[in-house]
Amino acid sequence: MTDRIDPLLVAAGGFVGATLRYGVGLAVPGVTGTLVVNVLGSFALGAVVALMPRHRIQLLVGTGLLSSFTTYSTFAVQTVTLGPELGALNVGANYALGVVAALLGLAAGRRR
Amino acid sequence: MNAFLLVGGGGVLGALARYAVDRRLAGRRGTVVVNVLGSVVLGSLTATPLGTSAMLVVGAGFCGAFTTFSSFAVDVAEFVENGEWRLAAGYAGGTLAAALVGVVVGSWLGRVA
Repeated sequence: MTDRIDPLLVAAGGFVGATLRYGVGLAVPGVTGTLVVNVLGSFALGAVVALMPRHRIQLLVGTGLLSSFTTYSTFAVQTVTLGPELGALNVGANYALGVVAALLGLAAGRRR
Repeated sequence: MNAFLLVGGGGVLGALARYAVDRRLAGRRGTVVVNVLGSVVLGSLTATPLGTSAMLVVGAGFCGAFTTFSSFAVDVAEFVENGEWRLAAGYAGGTLAAALVGVVVGSWLGRVA
């Protein structure tokens, strides 16, 4: 069932996703950059999940690229660093926009 | 070494480690585990920063890729689509609480270690 190539696909996607996230972080530093990758990645993953591509594409693009492009740990550390008020705002922005983006991505993927 | 290569290398390891967790704990449980664990590790790095190159590999690369916001958001979106509001709130709030506590615990561990 599992192919030997499966981990290679996840690894390749992970390389691309992490470097893309780093690039966005250089262009848009701080919490805004994290918000951008999380919202964009949530939309794209919603679309990929709804399109139900072949197993290998799912591993490369979903498990590898998009899951590595987005990040929960940086979001969590930034939220703690911001303190209660700005932290709550950061949570609200990532959660609301991220889930709406995922819903839109799922809907867009199903329409195809 | 080029910063993109360092982040990419860490990203490869982070994605593979997440994939390994996911194969043992499929679905949302695996997502919770990687997001909380990765937050602990990144929290510890805020207290004991490594050198610039190591921070790129372990922080931006590994922790960034090991944890995932997109899988989490799609999980919540699917709960919402099914009208399972309580599960959506519990999953979203539970992950947040555990990850934030994880950051604080991690930074404490980073200080005492």
